[in-house]
Amino acid sequence: MEVFLASCIVAGTPLLFATLGEIITEKSGSLNLGVEGMMLMGAVIGFLTAAATNSALLAVLGAIAAGAAGALIFAILTASLNANQNVVGLTLTIFGTGFAGFLGQPVLGTSVPAEVYKSLKNFDIPLLKDIPFVGPVFFRHDVLVYVGYIVIIGFAFYMYKTRIGLNMRAVGENTAAADASGINVTLYKYVHIIIGGALAGLGGAYLSLVRVPVWQSDIVNGRGWIAVALVIFASWNPIKSFFGAVLFGGLGILGMKLQAMGFSISQYLVDMIPYVATIIIVIISTHKRKKESQPPHDLSVPYFREER
Amino acid sequence: MKKVLAILLALVMVFAFAACGSTPAEDDGAADAAELTVGFIFIGAINDGGYTQAHYDGMKAMEDYFGGKVATKYLENVNDSDKQASLDAARNLIDQGCNVIVGCSYGFMDALDELANSGDYDDVKFLHFSGNKMNDKNFGNFFGAIEQPRYLSGMVAGSMTKSNKLGYVGAFPYTEVQIGINAFTLGAQSVNPDAEVKVVYINSWGDPEAEKAAAEQLLAEGCDIIAQHSDSTGPQLAAQDAGAYAIGYNYNNPVAADAYLTAPIWHHEKFLIPTIESILAGKWTPESYYGSMSEGYVDLAPMTDLVPADVQDKVNAVKEKMVSGEFEPFSGKIEYADGSILCEDGQTLDRGQIWAIDKLVKGAVGVN
Repeated sequence: MEVFLASCIVAGTPLLFATLGEIITEKSGSLNLGVEGMMLMGAVIGFLTAAATNSALLAVLGAIAAGAAGALIFAILTASLNANQNVVGLTLTIFGTGFAGFLGQPVLGTSVPAEVYKSLKNFDIPLLKDIPFVGPVFFRHDVLVYVGYIVIIGFAFYMYKTRIGLNMRAVGENTAAADASGINVTLYKYVHIIIGGALAGLGGAYLSLVRVPVWQSDIVNGRGWIAVALVIFASWNPIKSFFGAVLFGGLGILGMKLQAMGFSISQYLVDMIPYVATIIIVIISTHKRKKESQPPHDLSVPYFREER
Repeated sequence: MKKVLAILLALVMVFAFAACGSTPAEDDGAADAAELTVGFIFIGAINDGGYTQAHYDGMKAMEDYFGGKVATKYLENVNDSDKQASLDAARNLIDQGCNVIVGCSYGFMDALDELANSGDYDDVKFLHFSGNKMNDKNFGNFFGAIEQPRYLSGMVAGSMTKSNKLGYVGAFPYTEVQIGINAFTLGAQSVNPDAEVKVVYINSWGDPEAEKAAAEQLLAEGCDIIAQHSDSTGPQLAAQDAGAYAIGYNYNNPVAADAYLTAPIWHHEKFLIPTIESILAGKWTPESYYGSMSEGYVDLAPMTDLVPADVQDKVNAVKEKMVSGEFEPFSGKIEYADGSILCEDGQTLDRGQIWAIDKLVKGAVGVN
């Protein structure tokens, strides 16, 4: 059981990064549907950097930069040029897919260099790892999982306990009012869209450097879309997003777990569960009308100061 | 104006990369001087360290053998579940002057069958790996008795396991895979009657992530040796991470050097060289080739130093018997897991009987 929960966390980590990124993007008022594309950009650049430099650190930084670059395209088109966010997001996904397919072609089927793979391998946190149950589940992972924990806590603090975080939420809730109160709306949007992209890129790199040991062009495999749904599941709350990501990561490996335990169950049925669960969760969460679980009021509304 | 600019930028973004999508067939040699050009259709990348690389190496060995007389061309990453893509790939290679088309995945079968029987390509010869369709003018198939080295790899695993639980990452609950699992189980039980094989299917021939995740779950259930019938090195890496051992497949590729024991492997050149020779001589007629260890078409990769010497000796002794034809994995009394009989005492299954297997033998646990 402990081992299974631990592998659920690992399987959920790419979703977690992408979901956290999308939360911060949406909280500042932008709906970026390009998560899948930005994850792919991060995944391919992370993989190529690892192959070229043999450095795990550079690979992760490269992936973050690639995701951020994808988000920058989105930011320019939507925050400055006021293009339709849905259309640009979808385009970014298509772009990212092509980008990763094209750049990844020469390395298709090859493995991450052993040094990088090993240096991103498990690092047990002293003391914490010995706590019964909690230790084996939470504190015997690779470094990037711990980075995920830190980002969750950091985001929760930033969003709910700091002045800048409050400003950021104000931009997402009522852009005009935020603008009137002297907040630099465009700057806030740019920064948070780019942070969101950087995290999506990191999620992609987690797949290409840690989770999936061999480059394949469909490496992200719909996780970007699940992340968009998880944002609703988590009702824009970074802490809840952890449970959503682990749940969905777990659903992805549940079938194999059951098979390994000797249950005779069709893998096809189990493979459907995450997608069916996504639909159900989106339906449920759009029907309950709790105030704090509503989307930011000005989400995906283009802001024209002149039209105020 | 800004909106127009935004849409334009978005369009540029899409087309910039769409334009880079198509790749021409790779040309591996001077086609001008060659008497024959052989075109290969691969499902994966030629450097995948597994299934496709084994085919590619066979192609290169064949090309080297004939010097300049035979040229080769190939297409990588052709989607074998898309018949149109398979047809396009084959026609593309024929248009580029290939006289022989080799399809290296099961899914290319229907496309090759259609072209071979269309009447438009009677001067082109089609060879298909792992299929069961052929005709009597220009379409043959080839495969091998991979169950022989599978049995040997099972012996290695059965001798080395401490938990008596062996993990097996399988592609689909399908005959080809089940034959392999059964042979592996029989091999393991020949040296260790307590050995049990746990099977997890991933429902894909190759999905590195699923393969690795499946292996991780098997390791969590106490398996200490992981074998695989899937294309990537994912299960081997998972075994290495957990401090367990791994047995690969297709290709001798010790990526996970701390875990890798051996692998059942293919030597496709052992089929390609004599076949191309007979095509060059004008004597070829379509056949359904089934290579064995005697011809060296299938083999067990050299066991690494992780395998103790006494185990190596034991395995090599059985291997010699297989090569000389004295011993077959599917012989003697064999029971299915459900208690029905696969093979009677004193009986040896022939190719047809082996390929009628549709469930797992006693000692192997998995979905049927």
